[in-house]
Amino acid sequence: MAERGARLLVADDNKVNRLLLARSLEMQGHKVASAENGLRALEMLRAEPFDLLLLDMEMPEMDGFQVLEHMVADTRLRDLPVIVTSSLEGVAHVVRCLELGADDFLQKPVNPVILKARINSSLEKKRLRDQQEDMVRRFATSAVAEDLQKSGFTLGGKRIECTVMFSDIRGFTALCESQAPEETIELLNTYYALMFDAIAAHGGVVNQMIGDGLMAIFGAPLPLAEPALAAVRVALDMIETVGMFNAERTALGKEPIRIGIGIASGEVVAGYTGTEARATYTCIGDAVNLAARLEAHTKAAGRDILIDGSTQAALDARVPTQALGEVQFKGKGAAVPVFSVMAQAQH
Amino acid sequence: MIEPVIDIAVYNELADTAGAEFAAELAGTFMEEAPGMLAEMRAAQAAGSADAFRRAAHSLKTNGITFGANRLGAMARDVELGGFVTDAAPVDALEAEYRKVAAALKEIIGG
Repeated sequence: MAERGARLLVADDNKVNRLLLARSLEMQGHKVASAENGLRALEMLRAEPFDLLLLDMEMPEMDGFQVLEHMVADTRLRDLPVIVTSSLEGVAHVVRCLELGADDFLQKPVNPVILKARINSSLEKKRLRDQQEDMVRRFATSAVAEDLQKSGFTLGGKRIECTVMFSDIRGFTALCESQAPEETIELLNTYYALMFDAIAAHGGVVNQMIGDGLMAIFGAPLPLAEPALAAVRVALDMIETVGMFNAERTALGKEPIRIGIGIASGEVVAGYTGTEARATYTCIGDAVNLAARLEAHTKAAGRDILIDGSTQAALDARVPTQALGEVQFKGKGAAVPVFSVMAQAQH
Repeated sequence: MIEPVIDIAVYNELADTAGAEFAAELAGTFMEEAPGMLAEMRAAQAAGSADAFRRAAHSLKTNGITFGANRLGAMARDVELGGFVTDAAPVDALEAEYRKVAAALKEIIGG
């Protein structure tokens, strides 16, 4: 059971309370450490990992309210569940504890049965939160994960300038048909791992994976100094990585893969869409459509990386490009200039 | 009817949930700590420290209630919530009640 064997910290200046609480918790199968005042409790929380804090309010050195205030200000401690155990009287105290982020307020002497239920509930909440954080981390850079933690999943969009990238594996369907399904999944996992590294290294965020294709955003949700340049550098890294990946595949007698990448920049509406329970960070706008069209066009153009005029202008000649003239894309009113990024020139 | 010094039902529940041996040890710890709390209250009065005074009364209240010493708990509560006083009488009264509690606890542990 996940709730058993958690590491708990009891902070109470009163020895009898401390011993009694520790005893109850140990009988429930938890590992318990204790601190005799708030200052010591904070030191311990910062020095070693705990799953939950049981906090008394009336303490010398630093009282429980101050401990809560310090925890709110500390990103590493902010999400640690806190159950206040106190015999302070008055609704105002309870409200203040809850406002400062405490999960629960239990009056002393604490009923062991209620204590057990509250602890299990808090630990379960923490487990779900850890899981969610882990998921966020898997799909985003740590900077983005931290931004999400700070701002929360606020649904609703805002307008931002960013660069959007689409990439996919060419001839993937044919490739799937020529090999075992397990091999395809393994190929995708390796491919994604390589691509995610390249994207994260330049501050991008992968926000969609569909089959063999992925969409990445640069400059949102966190601003990037040069989103267009970052996206193009990622594209170049990706092409180079795929080259090395192919060398391995060829050595194993497998067919090489080819990828196509489309990049476009402009104003998009970005935000979390979905519900509170399941949300995804996404961008909607011209740049998104255009990047997707450019990626699809790589095959016809016989190029690996295609970018739009805005992206090309933002590069400021730091990466060599070649003008391919204007192309009329489906769904676009006017023909748009298309540029090819010279993959080999960069490395 | 005079209320007993210790509500034996409360003490027995503690012994049931935490273990009889543990409850006896805990009562021992309380008797080691409580004289210090009373001394702290007097020291806080002398030093004019309202916080320390209130905190010591608060501790005595919580511990009293834990062992079923309800009158001690109630008296300590009155002191805790009554505000800072330099008058010795409330602390004297607490100490007298505590002596009765300690005697009763020793009897329970011994018996």
